[in-house]
Amino acid sequence: MTDATAAPLERLRARPSPGRPFGWRLSGAYGWIAPALLVALWQAGSSLGFIADTVLPSPASVVAAAWRLTRSGELASNIGVSFLRAMAGLAVGGAIGLVFGFANGLSKVSEGLSDSTLQMVRNIPHLALIPLVIVWFGIDEGAKLFLVSLGVFFPVYVNTLHGVRSVDPQLIEMAKSYGMPRAALFRRVILPGALPSIFVGLRYALGVMWLTLIVAETIAAQSGVGYMAMQAREFMMTDVVVLSILIYALLGKLADVATRLLEGFCLPWHPAYRRA
Amino acid sequence: MNATALAASRSGGSPSAAGAEVEARAIRRTFGDTTVLRGLDFRAPAGAFVAVVGRSGCGKSTLLRLIAGLDAPDGGSVTIAGRPLADASDQARVMFQEPRLLPWASVLANVEVGLGAERDAPGRRERALAALASVGLADRAADWPATLSGGQRQRVALARALVSRPRVLALDEPLGALDALTRIEMQRLLESAWLRDGFTAVLVTHDVAEAVALADRIVLIERGAIALDVGVPLARPRHRGAAEFGRLEEAILARLLGDPAPEP
Ligand SMILES: Nc1ncnc2c1ncn2[C@@H]1O[C@H](COP(=O)(O)OP(=O)(O)OP(=O)(O)O)[C@@H](O)[C@H]1O
Ligand SMILES: [Mg+2]
Repeated sequence: MTDATAAPLERLRARPSPGRPFGWRLSGAYGWIAPALLVALWQAGSSLGFIADTVLPSPASVVAAAWRLTRSGELASNIGVSFLRAMAGLAVGGAIGLVFGFANGLSKVSEGLSDSTLQMVRNIPHLALIPLVIVWFGIDEGAKLFLVSLGVFFPVYVNTLHGVRSVDPQLIEMAKSYGMPRAALFRRVILPGALPSIFVGLRYALGVMWLTLIVAETIAAQSGVGYMAMQAREFMMTDVVVLSILIYALLGKLADVATRLLEGFCLPWHPAYRRA
Repeated sequence: MNATALAASRSGGSPSAAGAEVEARAIRRTFGDTTVLRGLDFRAPAGAFVAVVGRSGCGKSTLLRLIAGLDAPDGGSVTIAGRPLADASDQARVMFQEPRLLPWASVLANVEVGLGAERDAPGRRERALAALASVGLADRAADWPATLSGGQRQRVALARALVSRPRVLALDEPLGALDALTRIEMQRLLESAWLRDGFTAVLVTHDVAEAVALADRIVLIERGAIALDVGVPLARPRHRGAAEFGRLEEAILARLLGDPAPEP
């Protein structure tokens, strides 16, 4: 988790550069060939009996399991529960992270009071707290909310702080020389200047969010996608286990796409997001 | 020609937009152990165009920042139109070496920033558009600053500095980063804005030809004080090829480089 919150700008740089202008479009067009081939091979292996169903169910049986669980309503309700947990944790942890990030970026006093403490807490892997959290909250919603919020907090906090600190001081001086009041200075200079970094934090936070949720739901839950997978394991229903894994992947991808859209909407001025 | 007569001979500028006298008296500024300005006296009459030259690190930017109110002196005082700077801060505008445009605001919104305290007054769009038009960029109002060239960005910065009709414009090597041709274009633009609006201009530059082309007076800073203060008795528009132009440039350059040369 530590490396997820460090090196905040790496992801921005990984975008297609002017040096390879077709990189993105090519991977969009050809990116599906390899996965499709892999699924075809997998199905062939299962059908021909090379892969035992108890080890890895065939794609067809995973699809069948999906259909079965959709009809019983189990799938939708579990996905809904997991999704709500993820969003609640993101909202709580993200909001606290934003508040602390801005406060500590703008105020020396606030930073002196809280930053070193927060940096110390950051070194505790939040998943290591699970036994303690179960003692505190049982396997209630509180436990999941706490863990996800804690996991999401740090990447948002660190990147917001970094973003506020790295706003161009020349722009701040310019705004002050034009007599911009403090509220306008924040809204028109500091917030937009910090936004790209905050988005980097959000992307990391989403990764931490799903990871935390998967672990928390498999260990301490009575609903949700992770719980569904653990239940299925007890009855050796590997098709449902694989389905759960795929759903997690899909939810992660969806969150990523949503962030990308939000970035494009919020940062239309940024050369990295500007459409030609 | 003296500066007051010059300002009076101009037409167009509204009375409130006329230049204000800038005066710095016995100012000292120290950074740690180094004293950059030691009791420097500087005066720019109302509506005058004064250029400040000097070797790198002699304190030109420091002086300009004090005049613009971006920094406070350790001793001495700065007044604009006879009033202390704190009361007159809205009358002076600064143009920096970098355009310093907000990348996330449109060109027009960037110019609106220049309205300062009047930023919410009605008609701000029209005023910003007019300022943009006066630098020839009205058609780029809706664009992002990132899509402009370096010279265009500096023109937007000029429009932003002028949109509130300041009485004093302080410029810190605003054209230093531009290519030679764009720089001459910008000098003409700056001169015509000055002739039109009548503000007091204080231009820091390391380009002596630029100082001779634009200024009524040229002051040279050396060892923390004004070492030279010469008038530029050339009629406008000035021609770089003129013999008098070349002689003056040569003399100031020689003085700057410390060569033994006759005082101009
Ligand atoms: N904020 C600061 N802190 C410490 N020293 C400073 C600061 N600002 C300026 N100085 C010092 O003051 C001296 C004058 O700096 P200044 O920027 O005014 O020079 P300048 O004449 O504008 O030079 P240039 O032509 O290179 O822009 C330099 O020696 C510089 O190191
Ligand atoms: Mg300087």
